[in-house]
Amino acid sequence: MVYEVIVGDKAGAKPHRLELEKAADGWECRLDGRAVHIDAVLAHRDVLSLLVDGHAYEIKREQTATDLHMWVGSSRFAVELRDPRSLRSRQKAAGDETGPRKILAPMPGRIVRLLVAENCEVETGQGIVVVEAMKMQNEIKSPKKGVVKKMLATPGAAVNPGDVLAIVE
Amino acid sequence: MFKKILIANRGEIAVRVIRACREMGIATVAVYSDVDRAALHVRKSDEAYAIGPAAAAESYLRMDKILEIAKRSGAEAIHPGYGFLSENAKFAQACADAGVKFIGPTPHSMKMMGSKTRARQEMEKAGVPFVPGTSRGLASPKEGEEVAERIGYPVMLKAAAGGGGKGMRLVHTRQELHASFASAQSEAQRSFGDGEVYIEKAIVNPRHIEMQVLADEHGNTVWLGERECSIQRRHQKVLEEAPSPMVDPGMRRRMGEVAVKVAQAASYTNAGTVEFLVDRQKNFYFLEMNTRLQVEHPVTELTTGLDLVHLQIRIASGEKLPFAQSGVKIRGHAMECRIYAEDPDNNYFPSPGKITVLLQPSGPGIRRDSGMYEGWNVPMEYDPLLAKLIGYGSDRQQAIMRLQRALYEYFVAGIKTNISLFQRILRDADFQAGKLDTGYLDRLLAKGNQAVTSSARQREIEAMETIAAIAAGMFAVLDPASLVSKNGDTGGPAAVPSNWKQEGRSEALRRPYGL
Repeated sequence: MVYEVIVGDKAGAKPHRLELEKAADGWECRLDGRAVHIDAVLAHRDVLSLLVDGHAYEIKREQTATDLHMWVGSSRFAVELRDPRSLRSRQKAAGDETGPRKILAPMPGRIVRLLVAENCEVETGQGIVVVEAMKMQNEIKSPKKGVVKKMLATPGAAVNPGDVLAIVE
Repeated sequence: MFKKILIANRGEIAVRVIRACREMGIATVAVYSDVDRAALHVRKSDEAYAIGPAAAAESYLRMDKILEIAKRSGAEAIHPGYGFLSENAKFAQACADAGVKFIGPTPHSMKMMGSKTRARQEMEKAGVPFVPGTSRGLASPKEGEEVAERIGYPVMLKAAAGGGGKGMRLVHTRQELHASFASAQSEAQRSFGDGEVYIEKAIVNPRHIEMQVLADEHGNTVWLGERECSIQRRHQKVLEEAPSPMVDPGMRRRMGEVAVKVAQAASYTNAGTVEFLVDRQKNFYFLEMNTRLQVEHPVTELTTGLDLVHLQIRIASGEKLPFAQSGVKIRGHAMECRIYAEDPDNNYFPSPGKITVLLQPSGPGIRRDSGMYEGWNVPMEYDPLLAKLIGYGSDRQQAIMRLQRALYEYFVAGIKTNISLFQRILRDADFQAGKLDTGYLDRLLAKGNQAVTSSARQREIEAMETIAAIAAGMFAVLDPASLVSKNGDTGGPAAVPSNWKQEGRSEALRRPYGL
């Protein structure tokens, strides 16, 4: 398998190229061409035991509808993993700034109000809708500058994580 | 002793009280709202009854329904926990009228402490030090100006009926006072139906230290040591410890004696907490009394060796305190992390949802008071507190090390939690040195994530990033079905794999994360 991986909050960073290949006793791993032999066991859903050169790591994966984090020891890293063969990945890699972007609900909640209407022009970071959960209100912001192509959220409606609230193009 | 107790609460505190009852051989009655049928407190109780829809106002705050269930189930006493009805004097009165014992103080004591100006007047009479200012509402802005001249700027205008920062204004100069007075008064009127506003000296970046007291119904009152609660965010406590790193035995005794005086002035019974503001010169001022069991009571339990919930129940059943002040010994150090369902990547906004994986720490010096379990759906209607992780050690440093080790073992997946925040706090040099005040956490968060201090640390982080990258790929290879797709649906294994499913799964294999 071949992946492109970005670790940390390095927006626009060049992804690492990760190659993983099954070997007789574990996995042959090449990260940006550097070869490492690893052994990996999935101990539990989202919990991985990794052995690298005799070093043991317990890795925990935090995965939600909107993002992905890896815990290595007591440190937590934001990670983006792409399969370069996937069409979506290629679109995302190329089209972040130009293509349409879905704005997703990051957590379950209730739509309190809409801050913009369809066809409104919005700036990066501008509030689009207000979602309430656990007695707190949160403004969901636009990830890019553009026009609100479609507004799918309706005030009063309940939303689940990953639900599309609006599309900005 | 009571044979059956109703717990008018939910979450970790309801579980905490149920555990105490089970230890004491007392049967328990839980109540639950529609979204809490599967909650842990319902599973752990002997009896459980539905009390209405998710909204607290229609369930956990419904005195009539709760009392009706107490009557129907034959519960002789009600433990209110914290929050909800715990500091509601009307509820305490309604319990008394219904012949059910309220495990807490009398309605009279609760009312006295409920109004801030009334509490200040009583404390003035009893000779308790409080923040300089007035203990009656201001008649006019002019009177405010005169008092402010006397006590010195900056001053704080506060609503007598206040709470949660409403009707509160910080005033730096005389010029601001008129406008601030008018806006504080109208906000207080709107929020509480009472426009009474008083004035006190503003203490800039104080410490927030509180003293636990316990009083029986036979006139015996003791103090059990202080808790340092300065680590707060949005007026919400995040981490507490006992003892406070700044309090020495002399100061502890003085604070304890003042707290006992406060409790006695209010004819207080059962467990209560006297809150103080402490300035840089270690002067302490009475702030308010919380007439309930506190969230952070476990740190006092660990340092005194007492079980406060057992004692609350014993006191309510009419027993005398089984020890005197001289019998209270403070030993070791305890620290509590409040594990909230909050998103550290999104300004700590609440993050309810389903807990898909839960790995919980244990081992020496670790206590967990939790209301969650793997597979449970954290409802969006209530407070985001999931659990409390408490570390105990023979000294502060050992307590910190044990908590760091326990946090390393803790893992909650499916929802976001603030676990990473505690890792940051516990390795922060100012925290380790005990340099705390109520502005501490905002300053720490403003510093930005993972401030790198040395090149050795930089290399360490790079090495971990490499491991994180490899691990992300290995997860995808070993467990492709667990990938969360962009639309939030997980590709779990199907009972009968259809061709469509197979096709979908092979697509999922190629589907990226984080899209």
